Amino acid sequence: MTRRTMIEAIRDAMDVMMSRDSDVVVFGEDVGYFGGVFRASQGLQAKYGKSRCFDTPISELGIVGVAVGMAAYGLKPCVEIQFADYMYPAYDQIVSEAARLRYRSNGQFTCPLVVRMPTGGGIFGGQTHSQSPEALFTHVCGIKTVVPSNPRDAKGLLISAIEDPDPVIFLEPKRLYNGPFDGHHDRPVTPWSKHDLGEVDDGHYAIPLGSAAIRRQGEAVTILAYGTMVHVAETAVAEVGIDAEIIDLRSLLPLDLDTIEASVKKTGRCVIVHEATLTSGFGAELCALVQTRCFYHLEAPIARVAGWDTPYPHAQEWDYFPGPARIGRALIETLEA
Amino acid sequence: MSDPNLTRETVIPQREAVQSAEYAPLKLHVPEPAVRPGGTPDFSNIRIPRAGQVDRPAIDVDAEAIRDLAFSVIRVLNRDGEAVGPWAGALSDTELLEGLRHMMILRAFDARMQTAQRQGKTSFYMQHMGEEAVSCAFRKALRPGDMNFPTYRQAGLLIAGGYSLVEMACQIYSNTHDPLKGRQLPVMYSSREHGFFSISGNLATQYIQAVGWAMASAIKNDTKIAVGWIGDGATAESDFHAALVFASTYRAPVVLNIVNNQWAISTFQGIARGGSGTFAARGLGFGIPALRVDGNDYLAVHAVAKWACERARRNLGPTLIEHVTYRVGAHSTSDDPAGYRPKTESEAWPLGDPVIRLKNHLIVRGAWSEERHKQTEAEILDTVIAAQKEAEGYGTLHSEQRPSARDMFEGVFAEMPPHLRRQRQEAGV
Repeated sequence: MTRRTMIEAIRDAMDVMMSRDSDVVVFGEDVGYFGGVFRASQGLQAKYGKSRCFDTPISELGIVGVAVGMAAYGLKPCVEIQFADYMYPAYDQIVSEAARLRYRSNGQFTCPLVVRMPTGGGIFGGQTHSQSPEALFTHVCGIKTVVPSNPRDAKGLLISAIEDPDPVIFLEPKRLYNGPFDGHHDRPVTPWSKHDLGEVDDGHYAIPLGSAAIRRQGEAVTILAYGTMVHVAETAVAEVGIDAEIIDLRSLLPLDLDTIEASVKKTGRCVIVHEATLTSGFGAELCALVQTRCFYHLEAPIARVAGWDTPYPHAQEWDYFPGPARIGRALIETLEA
Repeated sequence: MSDPNLTRETVIPQREAVQSAEYAPLKLHVPEPAVRPGGTPDFSNIRIPRAGQVDRPAIDVDAEAIRDLAFSVIRVLNRDGEAVGPWAGALSDTELLEGLRHMMILRAFDARMQTAQRQGKTSFYMQHMGEEAVSCAFRKALRPGDMNFPTYRQAGLLIAGGYSLVEMACQIYSNTHDPLKGRQLPVMYSSREHGFFSISGNLATQYIQAVGWAMASAIKNDTKIAVGWIGDGATAESDFHAALVFASTYRAPVVLNIVNNQWAISTFQGIARGGSGTFAARGLGFGIPALRVDGNDYLAVHAVAKWACERARRNLGPTLIEHVTYRVGAHSTSDDPAGYRPKTESEAWPLGDPVIRLKNHLIVRGAWSEERHKQTEAEILDTVIAAQKEAEGYGTLHSEQRPSARDMFEGVFAEMPPHLRRQRQEAGV
């Protein structure tokens, strides 16, 4: 057991997998010698050599395109897109190629590929370093989408993603890299070393994709969240002082619907929280699933708290971000409904 | 009229051209083919050197040193059917006869499948007429384990690679024996065993994947090479550029082919080529040796393919090859070329017909005759019809014999996730 930041946990997952499996290769922009702009791959090139961890040209299409070819050959590429906001040039390779290769070739060719990308805002990154495009991936059949919320999960989920026989989009909430973010940007950051989930097991362990975690047991209302918003929701619950159950989805596809269903049937109320824009966001899918599964148990309309339907602004970052105050209001409204 | 609800930002400024005394007005250039329907076909703009004129450089040559090969055309067969020059002489009579046979099978198969589509036995078909030499000859330069990343007009790779005609037809018919279980459009074959990567149907995407596959082979210190395929039109996609960047940077053991058949559906090759002299010339900016070859000359395609594959195998890096050829038929069963080019254009194509040229060469060599050719044509037709009949025994697109609706839910993931299981249950299959 070692105290690790989320970046260190992610690096450790790649390190563990690279040492166990010579087919695992890691590459992307600034990923090799320098170790990535967030330093996730620091030291991996020195340890495993240039042919297994290297820098690429600035071409997201190229990074994912060559990774698809390598995966078809039999390697297990774990590539980095520097920011999720930069993934659009690679989208065709993800949607039309990686996601469908197994299906269209009837299993002759497969695509065991992980595309890591830092996601979400909270670092004054403006519209090109803050987006949360998870719904653009969950809408695509043939890929899995994972969003960890802490170092322990990040390592176990990334190991599962690398071991998975199919393509996995691994979205890393960059606001969580150095510590759990409570949603109050004006307060000092708590480091992961002071958080239970900053305790990361050494060596190999896997957290299966498709299993949610209940972060807080409660009876009054169910909060569905993932990534950064798990911690922001915890703050909101503490501030409002209600007995909410907080479910950290961890994996959006596959989705742990059983855990969600059991919780909402117990509480009769549901608030869905994500940082991504509201309209057609993953919350819409969750909302539809919950009302279908739990309609006769619901005592209030399902609420969604999300980023506003605007591009992610720079100066107005904290007006945009669905912080504890907004979540708290939604919780109270849902309880009073 | 002023609307008080309009803010300043919503007032759209007038787009008036600003006239200047100093400069003439700008004009947009939109390239046009030399001739349109109703006109007389004209290929005088395509410069074709005599066979045997282009040098054969050493395989470790620098791209810079062979710049002229990106603007010329490597040709082996001359007008008299003789194989001449430094690129000639690699193939025996037996090998050439086999090559002729592959091209004839492909042509016969195309004709039968084209008709089958018209008869409603499948939804769609794409034929190779005029381009048979490109894929059939290239395949013979490859070794077991090498991987092609093809487009939809390289079925010669399968035929020359020994793939079964019955399986091809079953794929086209999407029947119970379709190796792809009815999931893919006709002709989007896949056979790992035959070095034939699953065809996407999205253009150019597979070009960069070929580079990735080749990089993987190098990472694993393997000896296999990859081959990418793209058409003239699709070179305009960003994937093409990305493929050349990555192939150049990592010196990937890959051969990158551009099949320039002059037409991208109705769009002539000048729209994708723009101001560059040739498609091959695009390789030079990346430091990739780039060659143009007579794509209707089986011997030339094979010789250039061998040269490029040898470079890749010797770890000398990528090669870009532009195959200069002509799409005699329609793009697919969904278009009619009479709408965009002169009907007789294919007859005017200066590089002739690949089957006839190889046939004539074999006759000149004394290894073949008109009589044997006719006889073989008839035999091949029988073989193709037999394969087609067998495939039709397993069903055609609209028959009862087709992959089950249950199959539709399989293979999206290695293991079916809960949401798909629920949907399959809901579908009742």
